[in-house]
This record gives sequence, C-alpha cells and structure tokens, in this order.
Amino acid sequence: MKYEVVVGLETHTELATVTKLFCGCSTKFGADPNTQVCPVCLGMPGVLPVMNKKAFDYAMKSAAVLNCKIDIFTNFDRKSYYYPDLPKNYQISQNYHNLGVDGYMDIVVNGSVKRVRIHNVHLEEEAGKLIHPETPGADYSLVDFNRAGVPLLEIVSYPDMRNVDEVDSYMQTLRKILLYTEVSDCKMQEGSLRFEASISLREKGVETLGNRVEIKNLNSMKSVIKAIEYEAIRQAELLDRGETIDRETRLWDEINEKSARMRSKEEAQDYRYFPEPDLLPVRIDDLWLSTIKASIPELPFARKQRFVEVFKLSEYDANLLIEDKVLADYFEDCVRALNRPKILCNWITNDLLREVKDRKLDINHLKINAVQLASLVEIVEKGTINNATAKEVFAEMIQTGKDPQKIVEEKGLIQISDEGMIGSVIDKVISGNPGVIDDYKKGKKNALAFLVGQVMKETKGKANPKMVNELLKEKLGV
Amino acid sequence: MKISDNDIRYVAHLSRISLTENEEALFVHQLSDILSYIEKLNKLNTENVEPLVYTTNAFNVFREDVLEKSISIDDAQSCAPSIMGVFFKVPKVIE
Amino acid sequence: MRLLEATALQIKQKILSKQIRASELIGQVFNRIKTVDPTIQSFLSLNEDNALKVAKEIDRKIENNEKVGLLAGIPVAIKDNLCTKGLSTTCASQILKNFVPPYDAFVVKRLKEEDAIIIGKTNLDEFAMGSSTENSSYQITRNPWNVACVPGGSSGGSAAAVAANITPMSLGSDTGGSVRQPAALCGIVGVKPTYGRVSRYGLIAFGSSLDQVGTMTKDVMDATLLLQVIAGKDPKDSTSVQEPVPDYLQGIENNINGLRIGIPKEYFTEGMHTDVHKALKDALCIYEKLGAKIIEVSLPHTEYAVAVYYIVANAEASSNLSRYDGVRYGFRSTNAKGVIDMYCRTRAKGFGNEVKRRIMLGNYALSSGYYDAYYLKASRVRNLIKKDFDATFERVDCIVGPTSPVPAFKIGERASNPLEMYLSDIYTIPANLAGIPGISIPCGFSKDGLPVGLQILARHFDEKKMLHVAYAFERETDYHLKRAVV
Repeated sequence: MKYEVVVGLETHTELATVTKLFCGCSTKFGADPNTQVCPVCLGMPGVLPVMNKKAFDYAMKSAAVLNCKIDIFTNFDRKSYYYPDLPKNYQISQNYHNLGVDGYMDIVVNGSVKRVRIHNVHLEEEAGKLIHPETPGADYSLVDFNRAGVPLLEIVSYPDMRNVDEVDSYMQTLRKILLYTEVSDCKMQEGSLRFEASISLREKGVETLGNRVEIKNLNSMKSVIKAIEYEAIRQAELLDRGETIDRETRLWDEINEKSARMRSKEEAQDYRYFPEPDLLPVRIDDLWLSTIKASIPELPFARKQRFVEVFKLSEYDANLLIEDKVLADYFEDCVRALNRPKILCNWITNDLLREVKDRKLDINHLKINAVQLASLVEIVEKGTINNATAKEVFAEMIQTGKDPQKIVEEKGLIQISDEGMIGSVIDKVISGNPGVIDDYKKGKKNALAFLVGQVMKETKGKANPKMVNELLKEKLGV
Repeated sequence: MKISDNDIRYVAHLSRISLTENEEALFVHQLSDILSYIEKLNKLNTENVEPLVYTTNAFNVFREDVLEKSISIDDAQSCAPSIMGVFFKVPKVIE
Repeated sequence: MRLLEATALQIKQKILSKQIRASELIGQVFNRIKTVDPTIQSFLSLNEDNALKVAKEIDRKIENNEKVGLLAGIPVAIKDNLCTKGLSTTCASQILKNFVPPYDAFVVKRLKEEDAIIIGKTNLDEFAMGSSTENSSYQITRNPWNVACVPGGSSGGSAAAVAANITPMSLGSDTGGSVRQPAALCGIVGVKPTYGRVSRYGLIAFGSSLDQVGTMTKDVMDATLLLQVIAGKDPKDSTSVQEPVPDYLQGIENNINGLRIGIPKEYFTEGMHTDVHKALKDALCIYEKLGAKIIEVSLPHTEYAVAVYYIVANAEASSNLSRYDGVRYGFRSTNAKGVIDMYCRTRAKGFGNEVKRRIMLGNYALSSGYYDAYYLKASRVRNLIKKDFDATFERVDCIVGPTSPVPAFKIGERASNPLEMYLSDIYTIPANLAGIPGISIPCGFSKDGLPVGLQILARHFDEKKMLHVAYAFERETDYHLKRAVV
C-alpha cells in the first residue's frame, strides 16, 4: 500500500468507585432503569456537584501510571452540547488544565518495544443511556439516567500507531494496566471500557498528517481492528481516485461491517469550554502525588520480566500468569508458601486454568487457596502421594476447598512406598503374565509399561511409580 | 459592534431557541448595542493579569465514596412531561 | 403598633412570652395578603395550610415549654428561585410552570430547622435576570411606597412583602445586586453575604460564581438573626466554605470610634440622582458624628464592572439554563418534529425575552473564536476589580456609597431599554464580582417620598464589621422605623 496508516485512540473507562462522580448514587451495572438517580445526577434545578475523592485519586493514579506530567493545579471545565442523555446539556469535564499530559505507554509488538505517546488523561462524567425502541417508525426514544454521572476517565493517545498489531497491543496493554491498578473493571461488554479510533492516511514519506476520521460505536477490540482495516481501505480508495478526505466522525456498523457518516452530530461542535464555577480547583501537593504513585503495583510487563528472570519461567508461562493480576498474585502467594515456582506454575497454568475454564469458575473466588495448592505440591514431593493421585486430589480440592492432607486421609490415598508390599504385588503380576515376560525378554518395549500398569492397577494407582519401575527391572533381571 | 444575521442565527442555534424573523431583527439590534458597550473592556491592558473565576481561596473540596440514598422513580419522574414506564420519553433524535 | 409592622425579633419575643400565638399571627399574615397583595402582587404562590400546621405545632411546643428554634413562629417569604420541597418553584418563568421540587434548598432546610414559618413564594424577574421584577412572566410587583413604581429586582417580590408589612423576613438572591437594590428601593435592609458564606444548594443557578442567597428584613438586627441561621458550610455545595460563622450579634452595639470609611470617588457620576446624593452626604455626616473617619478612596475599574458582569454572568447563565429542555421536568412544547425541534420550541415558548437575550449573549461570549476576546478578557478585568477592593481594604475598614443611583422608577420606564436597565446595577455589581459582602440600609427619602438606600461593603467574611457599621447608623436614625402605607 502506498499509504501509511496513522492511528490514534481515545479510550474511555468507567472508574470502579462505589458512587458517582458528583453525587452519592450507586454506579452498579445492571440496575433497573432510573433507580440509581438523584436530583444532582438528574440535573434538576438548583443542584450542585461535589467531587468524589476516590474517583479523583484513581484518575491521578491512571495519569501517573501512564507517565503523564501532573501539574500542581488542575480544575474542571464545562463542555456544552445538547443531547437527551446529558441531563444538564453540559458535561463537567476538563479541557484547559487536564489532570495528566504528555505521557507514554510502552507496548510490545512482535517482540519489539514501541512507545506510544499519551496526549492527555482527564476526568469527566458519563452521560445516561438513550434507548431507541425496536418498533419500526417509532417517533420517540427512551432515557435511563442510571449511568449519568458515573466517573469516566478519558485517555487520548497521539496518533503514533501505524498498523493494527500496534493498535491491538495498545488496547491489550492499556486494559491490563488499568486492571492492574484496579481503577476499573474494564468490561467492554458492560461499557466500562470503550475505544474510539481516529484514522488518517498519508503517502509514505510525507510528514504532514492527513485529515483524520473518527470512528465511534466500536463495541469490542475486534471491532476496533475491523473498523481500522475497513477505513484504511475506504480512505485509500478515495485518495486513489483523487478525492480528498474530510475531517468527520463516522459510526461503525457492526452488522454490516462498514462505517457510515454521522450527520447532525458532526458540524464541528462548538463546546464553549469554560471553567466550572461550581467546583473549586484542585491543588496536588508532593505528598499526595507520591502517595498515589506508591500505590501503583508492579505493572504487567515488569512483573513478567521478573517471573522470567527470578523464577526462571518461560516467556509463554510468564505471560499466561500475568494476564490476570489475580492469577499472578495467586502464583506468588503459592511460591511464598513453597519455593517451587516451576512446578507451581505448571499446576496453575495447566490444571487450575483448565478447571476454571471447564467448571466456569470465578478466579477471584476459588475454593483452593495458595497455601493449599502449595501444600499439595509439597506432599507429592515428599512422596506421600504420586502425581496421578495428586490430580485426583486436586479435582476434589477445587470443588470442596478441603485441605489435601484431609482428602488423602479420608480417601486413603497415601502412596505405597513399602518395598516389601510392592515386591509381592510385582511377584503376583509377573507370575500372572508369563506371555508378557517373554515379550519383554524378546525386547518389546511396551511390555515393561504394561507390567507397570498392571502393578498400578493392583495397587489402585497408589504404588510409587519410581519404585515399581526399579523393583520390576530388578526382578526381571535387567 | 454590529453582529450579523448569521451570528444571531448561529447563537440562537447554540442556545436551542427558535426565533421568528422579527425576534431575530430585535435581538440583532439589542445584542449589538450591548456588545458595543462591552467593547470598552478593550481599553484596558490585561496582558499580565490572571483571569479570576473563583473568589474564594479554598481548594480540594471532596466527598467520600460513600453511598447515599437515591430518590424513588416517582420522585424522579414527578415533574416529567412524558414518561414510558420507568423511562423518560423524548421525541426521537433525528440524525 | 400593629403586629405586622413589628420586626421579627419583636414578634418572636411576643410569641415566646405567649402574648400572641403563632397560629393567630399566621392568620393575620394571610389576611393581610388577601387585603394588600392583589395590589402589590408580591406572591406567586402561597403555603397557607402548611403554614398554619407548622404554626400550631410551634404553639404546642411553646405551651409545653419545649425548646423551639431561633426563628420560632416567624413568618418568612421565599423568593421563587429557591427550591421548596412540595411547593411550586417557578423562577417566575413559564418553563418551570408546574415544577414542584422533591427537595428543599439548604437555606430553606435551615429555616425549617429553626421553626420559621414559610408563608409562600415571592415574585422575581424571570430566573433572577433583571432589576425591576418587570421581567416576571406571571405578574408585575409594585412598590409599597408608590404602587406606580417598581420594587426593584430581581428580588422585588421578597422586598415588597417585607415593605408591605406582610412578613417581617424574606429570602432573596443576589447576583449583581438583586437583594440590595430592591431593599434600597423598598426602604428595607438587604444583605448579600460573602460568596461562599451561604450555601447555594437549591438556589436555582443564574451566575454560579456570583450568586448568593440574601436576607431581606426591616432592620439590621433581624438581618443579623437571619444571616446567623442560614450561614455555614454545606457539604452539598463545593463553593460553600469551612470558614467558621462568628457570633454576629456579639459587639454589634459597640461604638465606631476611629472606624475608617472609604468613599470611592468613582461613585459620584452624573447618573446619581440628586436626592440620592443628598441622602448619602447626610449619612456620611452622621458617621462622622459617630467618630468615623471618612477617607476618599479610588476603585479605578468601577466603570468596567457592568461590562464584565454582563459577559461573565450571562456566560454562566447560558450554561446554567441549558438544562431547561423539556426532557425531565418543566414545560415541553408538543408538536415537535424530533428532539432538537422540541428543544427549540420549548425554550422559545418557555423563556421570556430578557432570558433569551442573556442566554444568547452568554453563548456568544463563549463561542469558538470569541472566548478569549470576551469571557477570558472579562475574567481578567474582574481580577482588576477585585484587586481594587483588596488594595482599598488595606486603608479602610469598609466602603460606603449609594446602593442604587436612582430611587424607584416608574413601571415601564426602563423596560424597553435593556442597556439602561443594566446600568442601574453599577454600584452593586462590583461586590459580586469580587465576592465581598454588602448590605443596603434605608438612609433617607427622595422628595417624592421614595426610599433611598445606603450600601456598606466589607472584606471577605467580614460580615461582622459590615453589620456593626450598619447598626451604628440605624441606631442613630429612624428611617428603618418608617412603614409604607398600602
């Protein structure tokens, strides 16, 4: 393609506070319409906003984690436009003194690190929800104000991305970081994380940016990618024909997978920003800022690096663990209880994750705690039970939350490591399988495995496999 | 300072107020008068003067992230011009 | 003396000493309304049944020697831009014709907590935009001293209710002089507190960085009592301050020897009416007699105050009034094609001309390309005006001047010239721009028998000084004892 694709992303994320930004109404998702409202978030006459401290702290934390410059002074501005889901017909947002500016986020794309610059991070309030009835030809819409006033963080990147891999990595990385800092639950399907893309094209080698087209209504990360790909082609076709691209906003049509011009909303909106007189300025002193910065946990990339370097895990495994902060925390709790990182990692990435998937469990509410899992690994190591038994015990643990020792006791699963006992079972198996002994002496490799299997069967799987192998070989005279 | 008919229409649109032709003419005249009066501010050199928005010296006014009772749907809708069940009803948005 | 001509403190004393029952008093109040208000037109709606209920409850408490509040049994009228739960609140606009808020304003809540009796809602210029109450979309209020004249505005109804001896106290709001100017024109005492001294929660916003709820009473002592009740931090208003509320009464009777009174030379402009000028000079003589020092000061940016105000206040108003769109409450135009059409028709029909003018002016000043030249410029000049006061208060304890350049003018006289109307706020606007407190007290009468008001301005949060200086004058004169005959 003779054109370079230039992409910037605008991200909106609903902050995970209990109450809204300016009033004490709940932010809980999924409530019955218009049950989480009050005069303030309904924009009734005479009401006033009062800022939620936690929301502000979360916003500061986000700006800090994205390496933004945070000035001592910040305040809020009114952004005016009319829409039925916006109660006051202005949104309290920031424009002249954004909370965080000139930051960056490093992303990994195909093994190499790229820095995407962040233009600003700021705090604002959500609008309500406008619902269009399904009946065709309906001349009305319905409004639910539950969401109006929920704290919203806006993150605006510079148009530093050049392909969909970079865009995907940016979205994934940003989402992980927001989850790690626990400022949002980032559930795109619930609307607590949204992306808008701005795409422009320019001929390769040209420095000036082309006119950008903003795409809204992207409901999943997949949609973002599809929309960018579609737009790149659409714009390239226009440019090839000698036409110009106008600065505009388009809506993504998920069903037909194309973008369409938005008419009325895009006459360059005159937002008439001016300082919000109902909210006093915020002064951020060094102590406050450093407290916020200190609360930032180890971020995904750094944590993965540490897992690889210190615990000697593979990149693949480390990436799996850090995917969800809860999982990574769990892993480290296990390692603190028993210093066997590789084995514990295996148990977690194989058995635990499989069970979580199959049984549709919530990783935040597992019945097995870290100490118990570590305990299980320990008793295998000690030889109390063998691996096969351990799997059985694990399955029970994940359902009941019982300690492994208890399960082993109750079910009588202790590994048999008594030479004498194993020896007599082996004798029994040898005498009962003369044909197999012949096979073995003839050199058939499977024969030994078969015999081991028989011994295990006799002992209901409890025999110490290593011991069985050794003793069997001895008795067969190898 | 005279404002144009286009200006008045633009500003009326920003204000979401429809004006009759007579009103447009009246307001063009009256607003122009007022804006002319306001021109006197340009006599002052304010290059090194900070804008004043807040007359109190206070800052950092916050509330704790604690739930407060919401109002009932009845109260919320008590003065609503048009509702449909639990929703507020509005004429549709024509894009 | 007739009961309704008494001050609130006198009435309260009679109620507490069981000389009169609150329910009797309320009966008299509503009778007076029936007699004089058809002429004066100060009330938009009345709270008769409820007022009687509250009065009876207070009577019961007093009978049983139970504790009662600071305003026990005192009738109070509320400007109709203050939200009163369960009571119609219209801002004198058609757009809020049937609006009944499900919440009380902070100040209304405080009145109820102190056992005041809310009589009804008073008339105002629509959305508090005006200086004569002629912009009300419901009715015109008349000045009790001369019913052919305006009571001032925008709190004209509240001022007239007190001046007509219907109620001893009322609440108003002051954005550019809307409590002080009608107080002056109606011969009563009006106080605009320091910005942030009184909560704005429930005060329907006009100019958010300028608005304050104000008191309207017959004398300074009553003003002190009412201010004491409504002042203080409200967690629901971010702009209300933590600054502790002093005991305003304490020391109010002390002499004012050595008090430094500043008289701004810029106030003596051509627009000042001769009778106002004379009353002012006489007032200054009295202050000198009481031991004060009169010092000439300069507030050089005074002439720019009106221009600054009309940009800043209207910019804020254009935004504050955008919520009146017919979606969640208030009037909605029918027959609209789509929601934008609905907005435009609703607001065209629901708002009066002055309101439309100010909204458009405000939007103009904020619009793309004009923000720097208008809003930002005005904000910088606002700072210069505030700095004028800061510098002056280094040399004087308070600033004195006329409240209004003219006494009450005839109804209709200024209505067709918006700019002329705006200029009547020249002395009151600067205090709102700077955020400092101001009081207007009666200081004389014009040759036509119309009241003249004296304005005293003080530093931020120095209401104590302001009330003290006001009381010194009141104690020495009897203008506050004169009563209009309606």
